[in-house]
Amino acid sequence: MEFFAEDMYRENIMDHFKNPRNHGIIKNPDIGFADNNPLCGDEIGITVKLKTEKIKDKNGNEEIKEEIAEIKFNGKGCAISQASTSMLTEQVMGMKLKDVKKMKNNDVIKNLGIPLQPIRVKCALLGFKVLEAGIFLYEGKNKAIK
Amino acid sequence: MIAYNVNKIREDFPILNVKVHGKPLIYLDNAATSQKPKQVIQAEKDYYETINANIHRGVHKLSEDATAGYEEAHEKAADFIGADNLDEDSNIEQIIFTRNTTESLNLLAYSLSNSKIDTGGGNNKADTIFELKEGDDILITQAEHHANLVPWQQLAKKLKLKLKFAKISLDSNDDEDFGTLDVQQFNELVTKKTKIVAVAQMGNVLGTINDAREIGKIVHENNPSALFIVDGAQSVAHSKVDVAKLGCDFFAFSGHKMLAPTGIGVLFGKKNLLEQMKPFMYGGDMIRKVTFEDTLYNDLPWKFEAGTPNIAGGIALGSAIDYLQKIGMENIFAHEQELTRYALKRLEEFEDITIYGPRKMSEKRTGIISFNIDGIHAHDVASIFDQHGIAIRGGHHCAMPLMSLLNVAGTARISFYLYNKKEEVDKVVDAIKSVKKIFA
Ligand SMILES: Cc1ncc(COP(=O)(O)O)c(C=O)c1O
Repeated sequence: MEFFAEDMYRENIMDHFKNPRNHGIIKNPDIGFADNNPLCGDEIGITVKLKTEKIKDKNGNEEIKEEIAEIKFNGKGCAISQASTSMLTEQVMGMKLKDVKKMKNNDVIKNLGIPLQPIRVKCALLGFKVLEAGIFLYEGKNKAIK
Repeated sequence: MIAYNVNKIREDFPILNVKVHGKPLIYLDNAATSQKPKQVIQAEKDYYETINANIHRGVHKLSEDATAGYEEAHEKAADFIGADNLDEDSNIEQIIFTRNTTESLNLLAYSLSNSKIDTGGGNNKADTIFELKEGDDILITQAEHHANLVPWQQLAKKLKLKLKFAKISLDSNDDEDFGTLDVQQFNELVTKKTKIVAVAQMGNVLGTINDAREIGKIVHENNPSALFIVDGAQSVAHSKVDVAKLGCDFFAFSGHKMLAPTGIGVLFGKKNLLEQMKPFMYGGDMIRKVTFEDTLYNDLPWKFEAGTPNIAGGIALGSAIDYLQKIGMENIFAHEQELTRYALKRLEEFEDITIYGPRKMSEKRTGIISFNIDGIHAHDVASIFDQHGIAIRGGHHCAMPLMSLLNVAGTARISFYLYNKKEEVDKVVDAIKSVKKIFA
């Protein structure tokens, strides 16, 4: 009588937990940030390498296009936080930074494909929050340089 | 003695009929809060339906009844923890109703920070004066709940006191003593500078029982001016407490962990101490006479119960005490010890389970079992248990410093009460198997 439990911890979640995608650390990353959830001790660090291109839009204005060329995460914690972050890395790989910034919590939660208890939502979003904070810091730093 | 009839007891708890994810609820998070019997729920309802009024004010019938009911609840609480053995004539003067253990301990931290008290404990007058001064120290243990840590930590910062932590055994190979207090080291830590000693009688993480009586003796022998405070949040719900025998100066507990509603708690204090202490909150009810210039405080315990209190909760607490006394705290304790013994035995089946606290049953441990399954986060364990209808806690259990001492982010915790039964332990074992299968 385990179908309920297995429903929550579906195969795809356990697969990402046991075989995390894009696991590790990128040396000299453009974006790098780590955080934890003191309530449960989950920890996630994310590093990102960007592909930056100058392009002209249709009006001929120059614009900088930034894309996630490579992303890696490491950390420890519960299956939900680790699997969710692993899925997130696959989701954002190759995406434009400006589109990543537009992502909502739900875009991340729905990767898991299960209803989450409210207390576990924080676990599922930890990786996303780390990525957001990393982008925020990166942009702050870049603006300061320009 | 009539045999302990767990099925009969279960009939009194309506919530035990609830289904969780389609499964019958197995409630094993009693260390966080207990369920309530219908007698207690009815007492609260009766109060609102028949005598609701403010207390100590009206001369009308309802107010008289409400006052009598609320005061009687204080008497029941005094009787429940043996305060009436200390001073038969003034038992309710030693019982202050608060919101919970946390508030009781904060009341103490605040009031003791600006009170000068003759404890009357020693022979030499100068040795018996309690007054906090820079350089004094407060002693607690490494295993305290945040409620019995943060108030002292912040008080120590404010008054430049030293907060000391008595060690617990971290020897995980010691089946009997892992997690228990090192009483010898504790003895050495109680010095002439030690003014406050605050210890939980039962630990909410490790399930350890401290010999509060022995600790009290050490405290008062080593320093007659020191005050001994017992955090009884867990112990009062699961064992027979007798403050007269414990020799404690103060004893704090929460109603909600012992079948009463949330929002009602108790602080017991020895009368001669409470009399000399400054109030914690000011306002209505705690006064005897007020002029524009000054205030004469009310008698005990009302001096410490400012504002309209939780009257219904107090009365319901009285009803919870009646209920527990009818079954008998000794019987409840014995029932839970039996369950714990059985659970520890069944958990032995798993080689990859670490138990934080004594693995062997003895008088040093109670029905709170913290554990981790190798490589699996406590939240995942608790989530999967939840899918089986089993409510347990996963996390740091309001004891983050202890977690870092144990070198874990958190633990899963099962905790028993009077209505739990062996079959539920078997279901726990099934749930553990399911966790392991999912994570295999
Ligand atoms: C040992 C101990 N002390 C204090 C508390 C705090 O109790 P409350 O939250 O009711 O104030 C608890 C409850 O978790 C406890 O187990």
